[in-house]
Amino acid sequence: MYKYNQTDQTIIDERVAQFKGQTERFLNGEIPEDHFRTLRLMNGLYVQTHAPMLRVAGPYGLLSSKQLRKLAHIARTYDKGYCHFTTRQNIQYNWPELSKVPEILAELATVQMHAIQTSGNCMRNTTTDHLAGICTDEIADPRPYCEIIRQWTSFHPEFAYLPRKFKIAVTGATRDRAATQFHDIGLHLIKNSAGELGFKVFVGGGLGRTPVIGQVIKEFLELKHILSYLEAIVRIYNLYGRRDNKYKARIKILVKEEGLAKITEQVEAEWLKIKDELEVSNERIQEIKAHFIPPAYEANAKNDQSYAEHLSANAEFAAWAKHNTVEHKIPGYRAVFVSLKAPEIPPGDITDAQLDAVADLADQYSFGLIRSTHRQNILLADVKQSDIFPLWQALSALNLATPNMGTVTDIICCPGLDFCSLANASSIDVTKEINLALDNLDYIHDLGDIKVNFSGCMNGCAHQSVGHIGILGVDKKGVEWYQITLGGSSENEAAIGERLGPSVAKHEITSAILNILDVYIKRRLDPDETFLNTVKRIGLEPFKEQVYATH
Amino acid sequence: MQLIKDQQIINDRLQFIADDQTLPTSGDISVTLNRWQKERETLLQHTGKVGVRLAPADNSADLATDLDKISLVEVDFPVYTDGRAFSHARMLRHHYKYQGEIRAVGNFMVDQVFYLSRVGVNAFQLPNPMQLPLALETLRDFTVNYQPSTQ
Repeated sequence: MYKYNQTDQTIIDERVAQFKGQTERFLNGEIPEDHFRTLRLMNGLYVQTHAPMLRVAGPYGLLSSKQLRKLAHIARTYDKGYCHFTTRQNIQYNWPELSKVPEILAELATVQMHAIQTSGNCMRNTTTDHLAGICTDEIADPRPYCEIIRQWTSFHPEFAYLPRKFKIAVTGATRDRAATQFHDIGLHLIKNSAGELGFKVFVGGGLGRTPVIGQVIKEFLELKHILSYLEAIVRIYNLYGRRDNKYKARIKILVKEEGLAKITEQVEAEWLKIKDELEVSNERIQEIKAHFIPPAYEANAKNDQSYAEHLSANAEFAAWAKHNTVEHKIPGYRAVFVSLKAPEIPPGDITDAQLDAVADLADQYSFGLIRSTHRQNILLADVKQSDIFPLWQALSALNLATPNMGTVTDIICCPGLDFCSLANASSIDVTKEINLALDNLDYIHDLGDIKVNFSGCMNGCAHQSVGHIGILGVDKKGVEWYQITLGGSSENEAAIGERLGPSVAKHEITSAILNILDVYIKRRLDPDETFLNTVKRIGLEPFKEQVYATH
Repeated sequence: MQLIKDQQIINDRLQFIADDQTLPTSGDISVTLNRWQKERETLLQHTGKVGVRLAPADNSADLATDLDKISLVEVDFPVYTDGRAFSHARMLRHHYKYQGEIRAVGNFMVDQVFYLSRVGVNAFQLPNPMQLPLALETLRDFTVNYQPSTQ
């Protein structure tokens, strides 16, 4: 992973000092509330229902065991003994004290971490494929480019007061696991006909109140022009993005209202003026790439027989391995999910003790590295197959081995009414209720690949509009209701889910979900037809009939 | 009135003349881009400095060919959250090679001075002049940067 040099360390240390000064001035009454709001948001600090919420950056999801232990320490010392992984690969604390935040940031800085630009109307943490560098469908490892972009976005002086937040996602694989088409800018590493590596650039995607699929603004961009092109896009957005209505302020609205042709013309004209100066040299790319060289894989890892033996001898292990491990490009290795989706736990939450234990397991089994994923789980990316059985045993003992990755209970969920001041409805308790109703693992496994996304309000932090099943909490005269959508997807065949019908009451939502799954089981052509494909083939009507018939 | 120019606190007598006000015959003034375009001939005869105030929605390109005829450009913040002034400043320096004074005016925060200095703003007329010494301090908040700065 990327290791800080003197510049990186100096810059975050100076940021800690800067924010400490700002917080002190605020607590002394020298900064008005609204000004401090802007300043603290740019350091990931929200004021929530119960206490401030601090969002720590997980740069494109890569963390070391040392960093994980620091996160555990912070959870223990400054919070209530746990933290939360988000869909954008970041880490949230729900209970820190405002006056202690500068201290927390100073602690983070000692392990090359920070909370810079994790909120606010600025450029946010760049995200990527959690299988970067290890998957079998990769064209090029996106992480070096993510790091180049991370540095460029951090403290960019021109783009700290944008019309609204701005998010960039990068993928280097043929299958999009980073929802790139739903980001303000999505970057796909591709090869042109001459075999040269470059980027296909998407612009104007987004979720939230108005979900929009990104459009291609540049079919092929040479690697060396990546920063100048990003700068041109963001400058045009800064100048022309709407500032009169915060719900229409994202770049997706600008692209929609002005049209892709006009935006492309403006961006290209701006780009021509700056492209030669912001060039990223090949030396620079090589220098950053050197931080992401593959770990020392063992050549004979594939000769191990024990993994196959355990698989055939232990059905429980085999079921877990099938769902919670992924193929690796190196024979004899697999990537292993640490499930943060145990039925009784809020999705994405992890305790200090679990963090410490996962750090130890990463040191023991996966080169001391951990990844956070877009679906709010953790990944140990480089596990030898002979280590998978003991790792499973250890994870089981930690309640981190629920064999449900990619299944209906691997729910992406926002904090909802329990923590968030924006939410209309609770999401965590309903997720728990759905989980408890789906207590038969064989049934869950038979249902196969189903992505459920659950947001407590229109802001859509859990990306409900791209869930195969999306659930959205709405407030009707102070009562919590839930709107269901079907058929969304954030992968290559990006799609926005369609509304099933009128929203359902809180006591009906679990049975509605069970009914939807029941229709799928009855109507699928065979067990190989996924939920999403069944929905595409038969449409919403059969689901509608059953869900609303029972009410 | 006091302001910061080139990292010094100085006294300055420049006055902004709104579009509905009569132009004084002398003294240092600034006017809107619209007024500059309409009354350029008169303003070119003015005794004293003449600056042009760019509003966020103005296009800095409209001023490009006149930059050698004016004494300064003001980039205005009607609200501190409107970041268009940052792009205006950078484009004036970079695209149009403007070397003169760029002055931030309006409702910006002292905590924005550092970033403004990095995109080419070299004068700061803070809403609260008491904060001028603090503003000078914030210019030293960071000693290293990830992006090129515009001077």
